[in-house]
Amino acid sequence: MQKYSIFSLVKNALTGHQNWDLAWKDPNPKEEYDVVIIGGGGHGLATAYYLAKEHQITKVAIIEKGWIGGGNVGRNTTIIRSNYMHDENGLFSEFGMDLWRKMSQDLNYNVMFSPRGIINLAHSDAQMNAYARRGNSMRLNGIDAVLLNREEVKELIPMADFSDNVRFPIFGGLMQPSAGTARHDAVAWGYARQADSMGVDIIQNCEVTGFDVSAGKIKGIRTSRGNIKAKKVGLCVAGSTNILAEKLNMTLPIETHLLQACVSEPVKPVLDKVVTFGAGHFYISQSDKGEMVMGGDLDGYNSYAQRGNLPTLQHVLTEGIAMMPFLSKLKMLRTWGGIMDMSMDGSPIIDKTHIEGLYLNCGWCYGGFKATPASGWTFAHTIAQDRVHELNAGYSLNRFSTGHLIDEKGLGTKTWIS
Amino acid sequence: MLHIKCPHCGMRSQNEFSYGGDATVKRPELNKEVTDQEWDNFVYNRVSPRGKHLELWQHLSGCRQWIKVERDTATHEIFKTYKANEEIA
Repeated sequence: MQKYSIFSLVKNALTGHQNWDLAWKDPNPKEEYDVVIIGGGGHGLATAYYLAKEHQITKVAIIEKGWIGGGNVGRNTTIIRSNYMHDENGLFSEFGMDLWRKMSQDLNYNVMFSPRGIINLAHSDAQMNAYARRGNSMRLNGIDAVLLNREEVKELIPMADFSDNVRFPIFGGLMQPSAGTARHDAVAWGYARQADSMGVDIIQNCEVTGFDVSAGKIKGIRTSRGNIKAKKVGLCVAGSTNILAEKLNMTLPIETHLLQACVSEPVKPVLDKVVTFGAGHFYISQSDKGEMVMGGDLDGYNSYAQRGNLPTLQHVLTEGIAMMPFLSKLKMLRTWGGIMDMSMDGSPIIDKTHIEGLYLNCGWCYGGFKATPASGWTFAHTIAQDRVHELNAGYSLNRFSTGHLIDEKGLGTKTWIS
Repeated sequence: MLHIKCPHCGMRSQNEFSYGGDATVKRPELNKEVTDQEWDNFVYNRVSPRGKHLELWQHLSGCRQWIKVERDTATHEIFKTYKANEEIA
């Protein structure tokens, strides 16, 4: 594989950028693989990369219905954080933060990780108390957390509404200084390029139409490009998990919903933090191009359409304007939607299934992008060793029937709970 | 914007409604032995199909009645709406 560096950049600039190698190949599916990963998004590509790198399993195929990185890894708001209260989420995400910090070097691909900090705003005394508790839980798990008072928040984000006459005055906030953003497409492409170089077949435009299961054991998959035998199969198809589960006669604690995001026209640098509104569901950051990147609630009803409706967008942006009034002056550049696996407790599932050799990675709700490296790493471990790692032990499929829910915010399919 | 025909009030905008989820889920019978698996299916597990989906909505900013709506989850087309207690063939 061609290594990317300042020298390769200069060399290729001098030859008119005509001689770059392809970043990954376009192979035809082989007859058999040790592991087949369904879904060429961030999580699937990361899983294949860690299977090859950490477990030396390289007879691996990634099967993608569309093109790699065309789903939620290309549709999110690029936020990376580990500001969780519960141990399961905190330790898992903080493990991921370490992988994020090393990712550009590890993948030899600039993912533009920008640890600019995230501030969750508080709008009441009770919320400040809750944030103090969450911040303390985070620090006990080795995650950085700073409780900010009103004046400290004002210093960091003076453009927020600090006037006296607001419905939800800012009391303070909880900041995780090491959180931030990254270039989402680069994450998919970086993992794809490295996985490909280690022998993983990335097979695009290939739809999975069925599974071959006999005697409770997975034997292979059926696709639009022929049958493929596989010893192990991993599902990484957020947004389509219910569709594939139906082909396996499984019913999961997941509903498929639509989440919208939007960006404004680009403006000069104004916001160097990720900020979330505490009296509703709204988050904002500014991209390197100057666009304000914003998102919030689900559309609220089951949906497989990768486009949303205006009422939700209006609701979300109303919160945005309440928090930062200057947003009302901006023109909207783009809006889009992605389809989410909404699990019933708002936390993901990375587990084995009742079918031997079939593994499940789903239920990422609002937080799939930031989990990409940790999800890939733990899912690769679960597949390679045929047992869950302690980091994803809490993300079990049977936690719903046994009552071991991870109710971080309880924010699953029911948006009105928040 | 969805337009939902409330069987009590007529065609209204989605802003007046609140979503209540899958309408085909049945609560386990009272006064019967119910297994953990049955509770699990009732409380948590959902088919969430791509295509026709029968779902509950409440006309919250209207007559406040719960209704059933048959809607396509991929195209958002609404085929038919029913009163909550209406039998569906």
